[in-house]
Amino acid sequence: MSTVFALVDCNNFYASCEKLFRPDLKNVPLVVLSNNDGCVVARSKEAKALGIKMAVPVFQIQEQIQQHGIQLFSSNYALYADLSCRVMTILEGLAPRVEVYSIDEAFLDLSGLGSAVSLLEFGQNIKDTVAQWVGLGVCVGIAPTKTLAKLANHAAKKYPATGGVVDLTQPERQQRLLAITPVTDVWGVGRRLGNRLEIMGIKTALDLAKCAPATIRNSFSIVLERTVRELNGESCLELEELPPTKQQIMCSRSFGSRITTLGQMSEAIAQYTARAAEKLRQENQQAKMLTVFVQTSQFKESSKVYSNSTTGELVLPSDDTRELNVLAMQLLKRVWRDGYSYSKGGVMLSDFYDNDTYQPGLFDEVIKRPNSTKLMAVLDKINQSGLGRVFLASEGINNTWSMKRDHLSPAYTTRWSDIPTVR
Amino acid sequence: MQASIIGKSCSASHINEHRLAIPFFLSRVPAGFPSPAQDYVEQTLDLNELCIKHPAATFFVRVEGDSMIEAGIYPNDVLVVDRSVRAEHGDIVIAGFHGELTVKELELKPVTRLIPRNKAYPAIDVPEGCELDIFGVVTSVVRNMRRKSSAKS
Repeated sequence: MSTVFALVDCNNFYASCEKLFRPDLKNVPLVVLSNNDGCVVARSKEAKALGIKMAVPVFQIQEQIQQHGIQLFSSNYALYADLSCRVMTILEGLAPRVEVYSIDEAFLDLSGLGSAVSLLEFGQNIKDTVAQWVGLGVCVGIAPTKTLAKLANHAAKKYPATGGVVDLTQPERQQRLLAITPVTDVWGVGRRLGNRLEIMGIKTALDLAKCAPATIRNSFSIVLERTVRELNGESCLELEELPPTKQQIMCSRSFGSRITTLGQMSEAIAQYTARAAEKLRQENQQAKMLTVFVQTSQFKESSKVYSNSTTGELVLPSDDTRELNVLAMQLLKRVWRDGYSYSKGGVMLSDFYDNDTYQPGLFDEVIKRPNSTKLMAVLDKINQSGLGRVFLASEGINNTWSMKRDHLSPAYTTRWSDIPTVR
Repeated sequence: MQASIIGKSCSASHINEHRLAIPFFLSRVPAGFPSPAQDYVEQTLDLNELCIKHPAATFFVRVEGDSMIEAGIYPNDVLVVDRSVRAEHGDIVIAGFHGELTVKELELKPVTRLIPRNKAYPAIDVPEGCELDIFGVVTSVVRNMRRKSSAKS
């Protein structure tokens, strides 16, 4: 049986989320900013039309913001994650198999469906249902391989005449699209690889598809060989339904203002450790290794550049915030150097075990804090209720270094005090 | 922000002093008599089941103002909004109108209008060609009858 994949991708996802409960912003240009409100990470279609580029620092577009009344929003990940989850749930109800690929993209396996229904209509139904149920626009690309489905989706976004759905299961249509697609737009071909290909005269996706797979493998990689096969309709990448168990958990952020004292840095690292430990407990895992890293700004402006990281190991894997924090504080003292302005710090947990399955060595000292599991469960319950926050005193109370989020919208869908009001 | 200390986490030295040896393998041994009701336990009732048919399409909004009191919708009520339901004539809907989210009764015949359910308010005409964005259909009202004691939810 021939394979059929669909790629469903939300249009301007973050920007569309911000508009959902704001009818007053319907046709208003809007951008969403990165952590610390530094750069543009998402743009509404109006902002794109004004020529606002992706990743541009906010200070460089101040004039346009004033002139066109562009609305600024800090990243509201609680909102985006909730709406993303709703979209994915709908897709899981419509398609037999779904791979959640990113916060705003999913691959569907539609193999065998084509003989029963029109794939184009199926795609349109997906698009209409998501629009009706969640109020977000999506585009759908349908093709025999994931790489072609990506291209079909790209075309659905680029050409309004498609109505946001492209069925690329016919080889003739594939050829026509490949011929007008620059090779750099192919999934997995970045700018650098694209440059190398162009030197060899491979300019369009069709040029790449016509290359002999063996040649590509020899002069590039087996990954690109797979891309060539996929462009020719031979499915090499399967649907990955179950996300692999996390191998590591990272919590790191840029500081709102530079940190210069060990006291402040300890607070930040303690807070990140607590957050990472909370994520760890959600995954029902325990970690044995912990890494702490700190760094100064890497830009020219800072006179002295320094960055360092160090990793330590617990005797027993743990998911207890206190246990992990003791280790994190020891590690921080090892990497900390006075006299620098630090812009970023973080914590990474790794070497995971399922809860209480670790077999300690015969001579390991096995000491577990009494009632640790229960205490952590209570901690998480309180902190996730939105009614208050319980934390280690070492996390500090006045976090002057904490992330800047001056334009944060309400948690419309995840906090009772923030739900939209209607008159 | 306010913070209060609720207890001290143990220091490493404290743990070492109060060392407790725990065997590697523990298993629970059931004891006592089984409950005679055990075979009759059914699931507990879940309010979500009653109010929410399509969780992925359901949103909550809070009412401000008194334009719908004759329909039994009062200020500070929480409305359950189901976006998967197609709005029909006579439904209570949430609509985006003049840049604001509003709750009104939807009238489609003879012309499209938004009807407040309070005689003090005029009906809102939706002129031909003017787009009316229906956010969703209100399916339930949640009201706390003891507002003072629990203003939070």
